[in-house]
Amino acid sequence: MNLTLKVWRQAGPTAPGQFETYEARDISEDMSFLEVLDVVNEDLNDRGIEPIAFEHDCREGICGSCGVMINGQAHGPGFRTATCQLHMRLFKDGDSITVEPWRAASFPLIRDLVVNRSAFDRIIESGGFISVNTGSAVEANMIPIPKVVSDAAMDAAECIGCGACVASCPNGAASLFTAAKMQHLNLLPQGQAERWQRTQSMVETMEDFFGSCTSHGECQFACPKGISIDVIAYMNRDYLKSMSKNRKLGGQGLTT
Amino acid sequence: MATQSSTEAAVRPVNRRPRPMPWPLNIYQTAVGKKWVMAITGLMEIGFLVMHMLGNLKIYLGASALNHYAEGLREFGDPFAPREAVLWILRIGLLVAVVLHVHAAFSLWRMNRRTHPESYRSKRDYIAANWASRTMRWTGPIVLLFIFYHLSDLTFGGQNPSFQNGEVYHNVVASFSRPSVAAFYVIANLALGVHLFHGAWSMFQSMGINSPQYNSLRRVFAVLLTIAIIGPNISFPIAVQLGIVG
Ligand code: FES
Repeated sequence: MNLTLKVWRQAGPTAPGQFETYEARDISEDMSFLEVLDVVNEDLNDRGIEPIAFEHDCREGICGSCGVMINGQAHGPGFRTATCQLHMRLFKDGDSITVEPWRAASFPLIRDLVVNRSAFDRIIESGGFISVNTGSAVEANMIPIPKVVSDAAMDAAECIGCGACVASCPNGAASLFTAAKMQHLNLLPQGQAERWQRTQSMVETMEDFFGSCTSHGECQFACPKGISIDVIAYMNRDYLKSMSKNRKLGGQGLTT
Repeated sequence: MATQSSTEAAVRPVNRRPRPMPWPLNIYQTAVGKKWVMAITGLMEIGFLVMHMLGNLKIYLGASALNHYAEGLREFGDPFAPREAVLWILRIGLLVAVVLHVHAAFSLWRMNRRTHPESYRSKRDYIAANWASRTMRWTGPIVLLFIFYHLSDLTFGGQNPSFQNGEVYHNVVASFSRPSVAAFYVIANLALGVHLFHGAWSMFQSMGINSPQYNSLRRVFAVLLTIAIIGPNISFPIAVQLGIVG
């Protein structure tokens, strides 16, 4: 099939940007969206035009590099898929597709479709560590944990840090990311020792960079891993508790 | 996750962190804490709206029933408290709730403008964010302006064509007999309904009231509450206009 791509081109962080229109010919419906960008880039290369810069790595939905806004939806119209897993069979011959980078104050644009998501690293850093003994791993069944709890922690741990939640949120909030990263530890026995310091530090660092949640619920549909906003409610609950627990601890262990 | 390379400019905080106040005031210094305050004050406002609507239903029982109820509000707590004392305590509590609700909303709105200054150049295609959730910052101020007018109309009487203290039924009929005013009350209540539809659901999230078993009921609750409050409320001006009450 043949497609028309409208792609955001911007040479650098402060350079002016605009949409450029490119034709993508003979696209197979089995291709992923990133492969279409590859096809377009080869053509641009042959014509001596600077190829479109976009981030990618694993191309199997596990690294979180590849997010872009496709037709006004984070990672495009696919259900629970990252851009690299978005199959072109979801589009029709002759479709016009608009591709834009994530936009948020704390995701400054680097070039074309690539943004700097290192604000996420600041949130992770502020979460600190969990106390586990070094040495060989203990036998897994030595730590009792209800199945539902380990399932909930696993669901939260699926987050690949792609930034689709921030990108899709009308407030530019990172609540889904922060809550997922916090809750997969807060739910588990191994995460209890630092639970309250982690909660307060991560919430405060998140708010240095991102907006506040107003429960639009947009993020949970943009999330390629389908993480539910239930984790945000859990974070809100833990946050209130953490404020009184940390007070009793005199602020010990707070990383920020 | 993106790593920092030397060619990229460092990402700097967008929001300035305030100097921490003593507990529990420091809770209100974060957005998550402000959402807690919005949820709790919102719940107080919902409580008021329910009582206000139930009391006003007495208008269908006639002038003496409504006026008697209004007098009862002033005498509430008798003989333990002086006349109007309990009423004023409730009023002050409600006023504090509204002020906090508005202040939290305003500062969160400013925060979200800082963190999301650039909108997308292409058209957004929202999946979950609905009309109600995206108009909270418009329906809120509309309701606030309406409250000022409403107080001036039926509590203080400044905007009322023939205000008589204590004659609630008379004042209501006098006010709602004007078609434009009746229409304004209906529109303002519809805005309140849109605000409630999102707020009455969102407060559960803000307060972390979340359980997979009951989550679907939160939306049902918000819809039923909105209908239960707004339905009777808009019926009052319509009933006066139709001559059912008057
Ligand atoms: S390239 Fe790794 S998630 Fe898409």
